[in-house]
Amino acid sequence: MRLVSLCSLVALLLSCASSPHPVRSEAPPDFGPGAEVHLLQRWAFGPSERDLAEVRALGVRGWVEARLARRDAPVSPVLEAKLQELPTLTMSMTQLASDYPGKKEREQALLDGRELLPPARIGLELSAAKVLRAVEGPNPLEEVLVDFWFNHFNVSADKGAVRWMVTSYERDAIRPHVLGRFRDMLGATARHPAMLFYLDNWRSTRDGMPRPARRMAKRDVAPTMEEDGDDEDPAASEPRPGLNENYARELLELHTLGVDGGYSQQDVREVARSFTGWSIRRPRREPEFFFRRRAHDTEAKQVLGQVIPARGGEADGEKVLDLLARHPATARHLATKLARRFVSDTPPPALVDRLAKVFLDSDGDLPTVYRALIDSPEFWAPEARGAKVKTPFEFVVSALRATRAQVEVRPRLVQALARMGEPLYRAPAPTGFPEGAAPWVNSGALVARLNFSLDLVSGRLPGARVTLSSLATPATPTAEAWVDTLGHTLLGTAPSAETRATVLAALSRRTEAASAEGEPGPVDVQLIAGLLLGSPEFQRQ
Amino acid sequence: MARASFHSPEPRKPMSPLLSRRLLLRALGLSGVGLAFAPTLSSRALAAPSSRRTLVTVFLRGGVDGLSLVPPVDDAAYHRARPTLALRRTGEGAALALSGPFGLHPRLEPLLPLWNEGRLAVLHGVGLPTPVRSHFDAQDFVESGTPGRKSTPDGWLNRALGVEESAAPLRAVALQATLPRALFGDAGALAMGRLEEFRLRVGRRGAEATRGFAALYAGAVDEALRTTGQGAFDALSQLDAEHLSRLPPTSGVEYPRGPLGQRLGDIARLIRGDVGLEVAATEMGGWDTHAAQGAATGTFANRCAELAGALSAFARDVGPLLERVTVVVLTEFGRTVRENGSRGTDHGVGSAMLVLGGGVKGGQVHGRFESLTPDRLQDGRDVPAWTDVRAPLAEVLRACRPGVDLTRVFPGFTPGAPLGLFA
Repeated sequence: MRLVSLCSLVALLLSCASSPHPVRSEAPPDFGPGAEVHLLQRWAFGPSERDLAEVRALGVRGWVEARLARRDAPVSPVLEAKLQELPTLTMSMTQLASDYPGKKEREQALLDGRELLPPARIGLELSAAKVLRAVEGPNPLEEVLVDFWFNHFNVSADKGAVRWMVTSYERDAIRPHVLGRFRDMLGATARHPAMLFYLDNWRSTRDGMPRPARRMAKRDVAPTMEEDGDDEDPAASEPRPGLNENYARELLELHTLGVDGGYSQQDVREVARSFTGWSIRRPRREPEFFFRRRAHDTEAKQVLGQVIPARGGEADGEKVLDLLARHPATARHLATKLARRFVSDTPPPALVDRLAKVFLDSDGDLPTVYRALIDSPEFWAPEARGAKVKTPFEFVVSALRATRAQVEVRPRLVQALARMGEPLYRAPAPTGFPEGAAPWVNSGALVARLNFSLDLVSGRLPGARVTLSSLATPATPTAEAWVDTLGHTLLGTAPSAETRATVLAALSRRTEAASAEGEPGPVDVQLIAGLLLGSPEFQRQ
Repeated sequence: MARASFHSPEPRKPMSPLLSRRLLLRALGLSGVGLAFAPTLSSRALAAPSSRRTLVTVFLRGGVDGLSLVPPVDDAAYHRARPTLALRRTGEGAALALSGPFGLHPRLEPLLPLWNEGRLAVLHGVGLPTPVRSHFDAQDFVESGTPGRKSTPDGWLNRALGVEESAAPLRAVALQATLPRALFGDAGALAMGRLEEFRLRVGRRGAEATRGFAALYAGAVDEALRTTGQGAFDALSQLDAEHLSRLPPTSGVEYPRGPLGQRLGDIARLIRGDVGLEVAATEMGGWDTHAAQGAATGTFANRCAELAGALSAFARDVGPLLERVTVVVLTEFGRTVRENGSRGTDHGVGSAMLVLGGGVKGGQVHGRFESLTPDRLQDGRDVPAWTDVRAPLAEVLRACRPGVDLTRVFPGFTPGAPLGLFA
């Protein structure tokens, strides 16, 4: 174990030696004590043994630069093997739709002697991979950003054919761009069938497009636009041409300008007109971007005061995206969201101003913005430390990382997340899961978190194995020593005096009860670990 | 402890029809221990105003065919449009006779006594003001209470609850795995798949772990965590879910097998246990009948039997407490008037809603409804939403939560003339 981590460290140092960026051997003093842990809390789903060692070896800036440049930690063969067992991760949308079909087709296949898995399997594998990569992947910073940006450009697998598209959406539209330019990610999401389907743009047509006659419909618009996947009802959809503003509205409100971004209902309409024709060839059988010329509105448009000349065709949408990606309101909206995610639920206005400026000056170069965020005094300020409540996903992953759990993701783990309020890839609204703490902090979800903590440390969580004795080796096996050492490992820092006293009090009652029966029992290490993971301190980051 | 300020000065009131609270408070070995939250729970429980009504919503997911639930048996256009699916007024498999031109699906028979007693009402032709034929979007709009607006962060039920400083910890509960959209928001609401799940799985450590967690949260620096922790432990101790979940139904009542019976049974336990429940939400799936829907028998009929059996058992289970309960059964949209080539129906617009409980002007089909000739239909094919779904919900809230600010619950909605769902 020790040998392995030593080897990986050496490999890492070697790989960084060739880096063009200066690597410091330790955190500069202005980051303050506990800098490594704070950095990992926000940019790596909490400290893990390996990542803590790497930040210590590379220094805060060195680690950040390495990860921003996708110079990852060595990939663990164990993780590779686990991901190999999830075949849907690398499959195309077409293949997924044909290999994991809906109920009727599975029943038909069964009659032909072929047993096919349900589409739910796709979601389970995707969730499993998300957990695994976050827990033990080579670049947790990238995983944090994938989580952030997927949520920003949310689609839900619960909406019809999206279930077959969501794997590709994350893999092909989000992940390649989280360390690139915002405009590229915006464009990739706009053209992806998952987004086109989720926000209905694929069926949006110019106003006044005639209903195609039946015969004409057969070879042109109708048959393809009827096909909706399982959610919407194919037979019911007589072609209903007409403008659909759904994507245009969310594009302005959620993806770019923000709700107070200074656009009007007329702008929403003009944007929707610009995107008419951006469609999907066939959602189930040929889920690929397709420009439907007949559906496109060829007249001129005016978006946010800018004229988009007539007959621009497919390029109209791109022009709108260019305009939006470079708009000051977009810069401010994204700066606010990033600062909320990485600093605090109520981000300091001065920080938002600076980040917005960096965004505009760098033409939306995301690593430049992340760097500005990490270099900001606000990020390192004492009031930002531990200021955010973990989302259920952050809580679960950080617990698995802190306990060095051996993880194989089973349905129970994904269900536990749903019970805490975060059904992965199934956020119920285009807004994604909430970024602030309030919605996560409710009694039912809290009980689910406490039960998760207790189950994890007691070996009752299928798919996660924890060996508590490997986490801490107190010099003397007293309750105090266990609380101190285990507390340090799990929380990344010494537990507060109050937490320490409370845990010890809970233990002493148990010990008293035991000694009353005349047998001084051993220290209940599981109880200590369960209380620490369930504690308010561990819910924060 | 600062918590003492939450203590209510009200003396304990006798609650004869309810289960003894002491039975329920047998919680977690707390009695007598000087732990911060021990005294809180009883006083909080008492603070729950027992005059308050409980609103229960049952969301039927998939889009219920209102025309099979409450068929317009006298309408020739209905029979023309549905050669194999229409329910007849007479003969084998006929609809149960209701007042006027409507019948009730034969498998809803368990509801007939409630109808005859005037406790069950139907509202027909109810739906979203603008047709939305995607399940996902339509459910979203019904539950957010803001049709056409996707970005509303919270749900109508949560806004109807409002934030109350000294609210009972169990005032809003969803009996389903995750909190439904309708309960998203600032007012505390919790979700549990089953009542028995809402407890700490502390194993043999029992009291130590529970006490330990409670003390950790009582001392939390973060206010939100401290308050929520307090709420959770109040609820846990007040609920004693392990015990309450084993409370048998009232003598002679048997719930049908299946998730809805289980969930309504748990909601009845919370009501009988007088835990301060103001809103309960649950759901039932399987109503998306595109093919082989069936008429008096078959897929749809079986769903009806489960629904009616569960609702009827619930009504008998809560007994006299039904006077303080309102149950609303709703869906995201109705289905096409014409049956399709697969002897099913496709996504439509207007459907039927059931309202059950005390104060309901039952035994009637409310709302505008017309003959289903194509010229009267939405887009020539669907039962229109003659009544906006928000209208009956607003009326239900006026009856069970008087004083609630309806402009906040349904922003931008102006209700028309009263539907008269309540006496």
